[in-house]
Amino acid sequence: MTTPERSAADSAAVMKPDHPATEDLWSGHSRFLAFWELAIAVILAFCAVVTVLTTLGIVLVLSIQTVEFFMESKAGILEFLLSTELKPDATPPTFGILPLAWGTFAIAFGSSCIALPIGLLSAIYLSEYAPRRLRGVLKPALELLAGIPSIVYGYLALLLVTPVLKAIFEPLGIRVPQFNALSACIVVGVMIIPLVSSLSEDVLSAVPRGLREAAYGLGATKFEVSTRVVLPAGLSGVVASFILAISRAVGETMAVVLAAGMLPQITLNPLESLETMTTYIVQVISGEASYGTAKYLSLFAVGLSLFVITLGLNIISGLVLARYREVYQ
Amino acid sequence: MVLTTRGLSVWYGAALALKDITIDIPRHKITAVIGPSGCGKSTLLRCFNRMNDLITGARMEGEIRFNGELISTPGTDAVSLRRRIGMVFQKPNPFPKSIYNNIAWGARINGYRGDMDDLVERSLRRAALWDEVKNKLHRSGLELSGGQQQRLCIARTLAVEPEVILMDEPCSALDPISTARVEDLMDDLKADFTIIIVTHNMQQARRVSDMTACLMLDETVAAEIQRTGILAEFSPTDLLFTNPKDKRTEAYITGRIG
Ligand SMILES: Nc1ncnc2c1ncn2[C@@H]1O[C@H](COP(=O)(O)OP(=O)(O)OP(=O)(O)O)[C@@H](O)[C@H]1O
Ligand SMILES: [Mg+2]
Repeated sequence: MTTPERSAADSAAVMKPDHPATEDLWSGHSRFLAFWELAIAVILAFCAVVTVLTTLGIVLVLSIQTVEFFMESKAGILEFLLSTELKPDATPPTFGILPLAWGTFAIAFGSSCIALPIGLLSAIYLSEYAPRRLRGVLKPALELLAGIPSIVYGYLALLLVTPVLKAIFEPLGIRVPQFNALSACIVVGVMIIPLVSSLSEDVLSAVPRGLREAAYGLGATKFEVSTRVVLPAGLSGVVASFILAISRAVGETMAVVLAAGMLPQITLNPLESLETMTTYIVQVISGEASYGTAKYLSLFAVGLSLFVITLGLNIISGLVLARYREVYQ
Repeated sequence: MVLTTRGLSVWYGAALALKDITIDIPRHKITAVIGPSGCGKSTLLRCFNRMNDLITGARMEGEIRFNGELISTPGTDAVSLRRRIGMVFQKPNPFPKSIYNNIAWGARINGYRGDMDDLVERSLRRAALWDEVKNKLHRSGLELSGGQQQRLCIARTLAVEPEVILMDEPCSALDPISTARVEDLMDDLKADFTIIIVTHNMQQARRVSDMTACLMLDETVAAEIQRTGILAEFSPTDLLFTNPKDKRTEAYITGRIG
């Protein structure tokens, strides 16, 4: 066995014959390293477990209360899913989720009609047409839109959009109620535009430059390059951004409460008031339904339905994104 | 002469990248462009099909004529010019579409009205790729090997029936066997097309080309300020490699520069 001093001196002499002293400058890893690594792994695992447990807990509570709702209200699952009447305060009460599902769908559909085309077109503009400097200003500005609290969009609807709609339609003899679906669709649509444009822009500008050059080199116009090479190449990412935006619209609450009101009904007239799943939950919670009643418990059944819908949308977008990753790797 | 330049200079922003190039590219010949890195070979190539228009800040002076017609003015229709002067890039860049659609795409956007299946087969055959892909035309072009992808890109360019094919180091990402196939292919294509190829490989330039242009860095400007390319020599390939007229060319081809 050599002494520690000698072995250090030996190896230094082998590696750097001209600088025998530099070996002293390297102390190596602390001997607490293994312990520290373990501690980090435990802390990280704890955080991950907390997240998973919270989600599981929420699902569990929702499910248990939903079962209780069905026992308390004597409403069968079929009535809940298929009845077009939602009258929790009537005697006997009816709990049909369809009016809420319709309201949710109508707002999601209406706002998508605004947000998806505008968002996609602005993404194409930003990634393919805008001069670099303009894009540097426009993109953060768009993202700023996403940071505005949704309640602000709510009173924008109430104080700006609805009055404008009234000014347009009432002279034509069409009554516009204070709360209406159209104004909700408009503000929610504007609210989710940045989601679409920003994510889609990321995806489109990630399309390799070589593909664009190839297309230009064959005599393609800028429009052909954008719509027939860049867009198809980034399509799955664009679709994923659509789904994300739609699920945001489905889950949106405050803006919809203030814009569309809380009248559960199935109507095709966009100037009528509607109620969505989220706004129903707000209504029940802020009302005087006492703990344990069927009305109170219906909240959980609706919450679980909402959870299933958004989960479904998220899974779809995850699958679509996974496919997108395959394209370039 | 299919392409001619007179006093062509190119700037990127304030930096002069290419100075006073005057060159005549002969029809149905292969012209090689050689020279050290950064001397503007790609820049010259990208002037011919106006690809530099896509770069903000790029600007050119002087004139370029294609079949005698001026193509260097701002009013030139670069889009239709690019169908007639095709380009193959350094890195194979097939579209993430099927092999069939990789070929058909360019033809479609250019309004080709003939039989598409026939065009696809003809182009793939000309690019010596048909036998390898005829049974999987509807598989993605990205599933091919690098050498096959590059021949697919060549086939895609042939499909729009250009007169000139610009190739910017088409073999630099390929192994020797794929390189040899592309070189054989170029020799076959010479009968119908004019080819201009940029290469760093002196042997390749000697093997494939009829004419060679040697670009050099302008030594009167310090390289730290800007790298400006000038045309040192343009001669038949045999002559340029055996008996270079220019001292700098001689130094470059014997490996003393670059
Ligand atoms: N898009 C661009 N923006 C600014 N400068 C550029 C651009 N492209 C090229 N240049 C500059 O122009 C000069 C010539 O570049 P070019 O790519 O034509 O050289 P090259 O001869 O093809 O080099 P290589 O052999 O390395 O491919 C270089 O100094 C380069 O820095
Ligand atoms: Mg180059």
